[in-house]
Amino acid sequence: MPAATTPAPASANVPDAEGRFGEFGRRFVPETLMHALEELTAEYERASKDPGFGAELNDLLKNYVGRPNPLYFAKRLTEHCGGAQIYLKREDLNHTGAHKINNALGQALLTLRMGKKRVIAETGAGQHGVATATACAHFGLPCVVYMGEEDIRRQKLNVFIMRTMGAEVRPVTSGSRTLRDAINEAMRDWMASVADTHYIIGSVVGPHPFPRIVRDFQSVIGREARQQSLEHFGKLPAEVVACVGGGSNAAGMFYPFVEDTGVKLTGIEPGGRGDKPGEHACTLSYGVKGVLHGSYSYVLQDIDGQTQDVHSVSAGLDYPGVGPEHSYWKDTGRVQYVPVRDEEALAAYGMLARTEGILPALESSHAIAHVLKTAGQRKPDEQIVVCLSGRGDKDVYEVARVLGQEI
Amino acid sequence: MSRIAETFARLKTSGPMAFMPFITAGDPDLSVTGRTITELAKQGVDLIEIGFPYSDPIADGPVIQASYNRALQAKLQVGDILKAIAALPTATLPPLVAMVSYAIIFRHGGRKFAEAAAKAGFAGMIVPDLPTEEATDLSAVCRELGLDLIQLIAPTTTPERTRRILETATGFIYCISVAGTTGARTELPAELQQQLRWLKSQTQVPLAVGFGISRPEQVAALRGLADGIIVGSALVRKLAAITEEGVPVEQALATAGAFAAEMVQATRAS
Repeated sequence: MPAATTPAPASANVPDAEGRFGEFGRRFVPETLMHALEELTAEYERASKDPGFGAELNDLLKNYVGRPNPLYFAKRLTEHCGGAQIYLKREDLNHTGAHKINNALGQALLTLRMGKKRVIAETGAGQHGVATATACAHFGLPCVVYMGEEDIRRQKLNVFIMRTMGAEVRPVTSGSRTLRDAINEAMRDWMASVADTHYIIGSVVGPHPFPRIVRDFQSVIGREARQQSLEHFGKLPAEVVACVGGGSNAAGMFYPFVEDTGVKLTGIEPGGRGDKPGEHACTLSYGVKGVLHGSYSYVLQDIDGQTQDVHSVSAGLDYPGVGPEHSYWKDTGRVQYVPVRDEEALAAYGMLARTEGILPALESSHAIAHVLKTAGQRKPDEQIVVCLSGRGDKDVYEVARVLGQEI
Repeated sequence: MSRIAETFARLKTSGPMAFMPFITAGDPDLSVTGRTITELAKQGVDLIEIGFPYSDPIADGPVIQASYNRALQAKLQVGDILKAIAALPTATLPPLVAMVSYAIIFRHGGRKFAEAAAKAGFAGMIVPDLPTEEATDLSAVCRELGLDLIQLIAPTTTPERTRRILETATGFIYCISVAGTTGARTELPAELQQQLRWLKSQTQVPLAVGFGISRPEQVAALRGLADGIIVGSALVRKLAAITEEGVPVEQALATAGAFAAEMVQATRAS
């Protein structure tokens, strides 16, 4: 790679008014959606300056979600690895079992502020779908969730939960029948329903202002983890690790640490079965700069700009794009992105269960797997903080199937 | 004057609206695409939009999505489309306009893609996911190459945005009739007429209406308000029948030709 000049260090003061994270982000959507995006940008600006909005969201996060969740010292896992002290940021203990609820509640409040009457969402693993269905049940908003048929098969439990919460789950049968196609369908719905519907996008992807809004709502993860680090061990961690599909838990975890240049930030990508196209979903490790789902970022695509098929054992990471802020962090060198394969994630899933009595989501298991491999190389007086983005109950059927076991 | 502008200028003096069909390149293959273009020209259509298949077209309904998927599954590449168009006698055909997602253009490079399109014989480009804010560079390149970069206006476009869009509009304005994706609809929204009247008062650039149009009666309802009519899904479906229903190519071409003739007739009638 030609690197004639050293890139400027990453700033936390992004995006700009046009939605640029460095060169990435912006808006590449049909004209039909432009007004709604301008409207959402303006409303979000007003909301972020309104103390009432912040207070209402904080109250929900505390009394409904159960925040702050713990930063937990994983003693036996640390002993097993024999190196740095490993701490887990327990997003799995949130109401609905993952970090997704932080964003879903924030955007549901924005929906009400804008006077919109209906909510749509896409989901991969189903965690964002469950979080959105939950937020909508809480506020009494009708909710439609688009989900790929392949993911419906892999994540039956979450489909049942969403329907129980009163949401309509619409199966997506086009393309790869996974997260990418669910986003396409949600956007198509929004093209027709934009006047009275808000699209609660679940990751830091899509056109401006979504990558910023989702990052901001998820940044509660990193803010708490940073504060809890100072309380637990009196300093900042040596390294912070999170898994990256679209990249919402990682964006929320990393953002408050971006300007703490002494803290190493590592994003773990789904390495799938191998490094050939179609075998993985490592957008940052193997992708090119391109346009997908309304924003300019790294993408897994062919020489014509056609999106490539991807694979991951984890439905939540099975996505050929990534949030534009991650592309910015990659190119500025602020975050290192590393692949972890399916089999390593599956092993980590079992390992965390046996050593700590915690069942991680397959997504989060990727982050744990990386720590299993690298914690031993660090000194015992260093700390690694891992975002345990969700719990693994939803994955038991798929893990059993992959391992050839019966439930 | 560009070939697209000439087409509308000629129609303006003689009265009728332009009939502007859309077809997907490479569905079922590029030889059929070439023959369809020839057939549509023979029926007297005024302009032809050629859709470049894209893997994730969020502005398109099921019919065009399915046609894109079929073409891509057959390993169609952008270079093949350009080659097939270049092999046609484009100077004697109605102006051809490429409908291309920005993902494709960005990957090839804006200038490189526009140059290749112009060289192949395209008269203009429509980039449905490139809003005016992001179109500055490509717009300049297209102007330099004599290509019209067609701008779109939606029912949700505010007057303020419309004025900004009109500043760089050339060729014609693609007026999206309804908030939603492409695909035939039985009725056009009542607000459309009002929006077209207002647009007419704001610009000299011809107005072409697309999304949801498939029938001659709808053409009649737009007479005096629009300068052109775009029909996509209704025609794409007739060609889809080759793959989906096993209809022989000759028969599908005849059906497409007859439909085009009927629509041309409807735009000519006064």
